[in-house]
Amino acid sequence: MRKIAIYGKGGIGKSTTTQNLVAGLIEMGEKVMVVGCDPKADSTRLLLGGLHQQSVLDTLREEGEDVELDDVRKEGYGGTLCVESGGPEPGVGCAGRGIITSINLLESLGAYEEGEGIDYVFYDVLGDVVCGGFAMPMREGKAKEIYIVCSGEMMAMYAANNICKGIVKFAESGGIRLGGIICNSRKVDNEEEMIKEFAKRLGTRMIYFVPRDNMVQKAEINRKTVIEYEPDCEQATHYRNLAKCIAENDNYVIPKPMPTDDLEKILIEFGILD
Amino acid sequence: MSDKRIMNAPAIALDDFVEGVVDVYPAKAAKKRRKHIVVRDPAEKQRIEANERTIPGIISQRGCCYAGCKGVVIGPIGDMVHIVHGPVGCSYYSWLSRRNLFRPRADGQNYMQYCFTTDMEEKDIIFGGEKKLKAAIQEAYDIFKPKAISVLATCPVGLIGDDINSVSKEMSEKLGIQIIPFSCEGYKGVSQSAGHHIANNNLFKFVIGQDDIEQKEHTINILGEYNTGGDTWEIERVLNRCGINVLSVFTGDGSYSEMRQSHMADVNLLMCHRSVNYIADMMETKFGIPWIKVNFIGIKSMAKSLKKIARFYDDPKLTERVEKVIEEEVAKAEEGIARYIPRLKGKTVILFVGGSRAHHYQGLFRDLGMVPIVAGYEFAHRDDYEGREVLPDIKVIADNRNIEDLTVERDPERYNPRKDDETLKRLKEEEVIDTYHGMWEDMGRGTMAIDDVSHKELGMLIKKLKPDMVCSGIKDKYVIEKFGVPSKQLHNYDYSGPFAGFRGAVNFAKDLDMLIHNPVWKLTTPPWKKKPVLKADLTVST
Repeated sequence: MRKIAIYGKGGIGKSTTTQNLVAGLIEMGEKVMVVGCDPKADSTRLLLGGLHQQSVLDTLREEGEDVELDDVRKEGYGGTLCVESGGPEPGVGCAGRGIITSINLLESLGAYEEGEGIDYVFYDVLGDVVCGGFAMPMREGKAKEIYIVCSGEMMAMYAANNICKGIVKFAESGGIRLGGIICNSRKVDNEEEMIKEFAKRLGTRMIYFVPRDNMVQKAEINRKTVIEYEPDCEQATHYRNLAKCIAENDNYVIPKPMPTDDLEKILIEFGILD
Repeated sequence: MSDKRIMNAPAIALDDFVEGVVDVYPAKAAKKRRKHIVVRDPAEKQRIEANERTIPGIISQRGCCYAGCKGVVIGPIGDMVHIVHGPVGCSYYSWLSRRNLFRPRADGQNYMQYCFTTDMEEKDIIFGGEKKLKAAIQEAYDIFKPKAISVLATCPVGLIGDDINSVSKEMSEKLGIQIIPFSCEGYKGVSQSAGHHIANNNLFKFVIGQDDIEQKEHTINILGEYNTGGDTWEIERVLNRCGINVLSVFTGDGSYSEMRQSHMADVNLLMCHRSVNYIADMMETKFGIPWIKVNFIGIKSMAKSLKKIARFYDDPKLTERVEKVIEEEVAKAEEGIARYIPRLKGKTVILFVGGSRAHHYQGLFRDLGMVPIVAGYEFAHRDDYEGREVLPDIKVIADNRNIEDLTVERDPERYNPRKDDETLKRLKEEEVIDTYHGMWEDMGRGTMAIDDVSHKELGMLIKKLKPDMVCSGIKDKYVIEKFGVPSKQLHNYDYSGPFAGFRGAVNFAKDLDMLIHNPVWKLTTPPWKKKPVLKADLTVST
C-alpha cells in the first residue's frame, strides 16, 4: 500500500488535482482511498458527486465512541473509498487536533489493514503546515511520500519551500520522502522552466506540468472529475499522465529548502523577463 | 573557608555547602541556581534572584498560573459560582485542596461544596468550547441563581482560542448578573504568581468599589488571608474583641458582596504580601486607603500587628482596648504553649512555602523556642525577600509581560484620604503603613534563604543540616518524611488548624509536639541497616 500526502498553498488546487489523478489511477485498475484533511470536508466532492455527509469528527461528536468504519467511509467514483476528517467551523476550536484525532481513529478502525486490499491512500491536507496537527500525515507510519502542488506564483513557491522545511523535520525521524512537485499551471510567464529549476534546487523534480484548462472548472461545477465528465478531452489525458508518473515514480528525496533570498533570485531570473 | 555556621545544626562550612549543592547541576544551571541561594549576612546588602523561570529538569515545588488564580485567590470566595473552563481534572484538583473554609452570610449563598467545570473533552477541543461554556453558565444560573459567576481559563482554552471574555459578557447581559472572566491559562508566567496578579486585576476592575455603603467606625479589610483551617475566624475574633470591624477578607471566608463594599474601609491589613499587594496598592491610589503590613501568625507577631493597627487609628480608647486584649490573650496563649516549649525548645526547622508563609511562621517557631534555620518561597519576588525598597530595581521579565499591569488613577468622587498628608507622611516614616521589609528582616546571621528550592537541594539540606522539622506542601511532604524527618504542610495544615492568632499558636504547638515526638520516626531506619539480613555457616570438611 502506498501512502501519499498532497500538500501545497491554500487554493492551489490540491483537492482538484488529487481527485483527478485518483480517477486516473482507478482507470489503471488500482484500489484507492482518499482521506480529506480539511475542516471544510470538500476533498472528495468530485469523486462522490457531492459533499460527504458524514465526516469522521462529526460522527465522533454525534455517536460518541460508537463509530464504525462504514459510517465514515463512502464509496465513490470507480470504487474509490472516500473519507473526510471534517472539523470545526472557521474561527473556533482546533482543526489541527481534529486531524490527529481523525487519523488515529481511522487507524484504530482498521481502515488501512491489508485485508482492505487498498493500493493507494491519499491524504489531501489543508494549506500550509501551520501546526502539529497538519503535519500529522507526515508522522511515522502515516504517509511515506509527499507531493507538493505548486504554481509559478511567488507565494505558492514560498509555501512549497516552507512545506519542505516540515518534510525535512519528519524525514529524519519518520522516514517520509518528497516524491516531486506537481505544477498546476496558473499561466505565469516561463512557468514550466521556473518550477523545473525550483524543484531542482529543492533536490527533487517537477513530476508533471498540468496545464490550465477551463474544462477543470466545468467538471467541478458538475461535481465530477475531468476523466469522468469528459473522458476524451486533452485535460483528461494530462491527469492520466500524472497518475502514470506517480505510479511509476522512483525518485524520493529529503528536500533541501532554500533561504528566502535564493527563492526570490529564481523568481527574478525566470519570472521577470522584460 | 567561611566562619558562617547554622545555629543548632551540625557544624558545616556554609559557603562550601552551597557550592556543593549547586555543583550537582550542569554549569549553566549551577550558575543560575547559585543566585537563588543566599547565606544571610545582615551586615551586607544582599540580593537573591526570584520570580525567574524554573530550570527544566529540576523538580520544583511550583504550581501554575491557573493554580494561583483559581486555587489561591478566587476559589475561596464562597458566595460566587466558579466555573472552570477546561478538562475535569483542572477543576477537581483545585477544589477545596487548601481547606479554605467559608461561612454563608444572611443570603444563604454558599457554593464551596460544589465543583463546577465545563469538562472539556477531545471533541470540545476540536470544535471549540464556547457553546459548552455558555450552556454551563446557563445551567449553573438556572439551578443556583448565584449573584455572580467567575469563569476561569485553563491551558487548552488558551491554545484553541476560546473567547471567554465575549461569552462572559454576553451571558452577563442575558442573565443580569456579573460574570467575570479570568484568562489565567496555566502556562502564563513562571509560577502561580502570575495567576495572583490576574486575579487581583479582575477583582479590582469588576468587584471592588461597586457598592457605596456607610460603614461603622474602625472598619478594616484583611488582604491575603485565606482562612485555611479557620485562620480568618481566629483573627476576626481577636479584632472584634479590640473593637475593630472586619468589612471584607480577600479572600478567606470571602464574600463577593462584601468585597464590593471593601473600598469603604479605613485601612487594609495586608497578610500575604505576594498574592494581594497589587490590590493594596491599587486601592490606595484609587480610593486613598493605606495598607498596614501585618503578620497574624505567632503570639508576638500578632500582638505587634495589633499595636500597629492601634497606632494607625491613634484613638486612645481603641489603643487602651487593644492593649487590654493583647495582655489577656498573650497571657492565655503563653500559658497554652508553656507545656510544649520544653519539648520543642532548640529544635531546628526548615520552611519552604508560599510567598509569605515562610516568613510569617518564623515568628511562631521562635515563640515556641524553635530555630528556623533555612527558609524560602516557591513563587515570591525579590521584594518578598529583600523588602519593597528593591521594587524600583526589579526588572520585568519577558514571561510576565503578557500579564496586564493596570494603570490606576484617583477616583474623582470617591478618593478620600484616610488621614491628613502630614499624618500619612509620619505613619510612613514610622513604618506603620505602606512598608514591608520582606523576609530578610527576620533572617539573621546563621540562616539561609533559598528561592524555588528543588527536591535535590531539599534532600541535601536534610542530610547535611539534619533539621527536626520541615514545613512545606503536599508535593514534598512524603519525600521529606522518607528521610525520617517530620513534615508539616503549611498550605493546608494537614487537616488541622487554625494556626493563626493566639489560639492558633497553641494548636500549632500541640500539632508540632505530636509530630516531632511521634515514635514512628524511630522506626524509619530499615532493619537491614541495623543488622545483617544474610546468615551463613562456614563448614570445613576434612
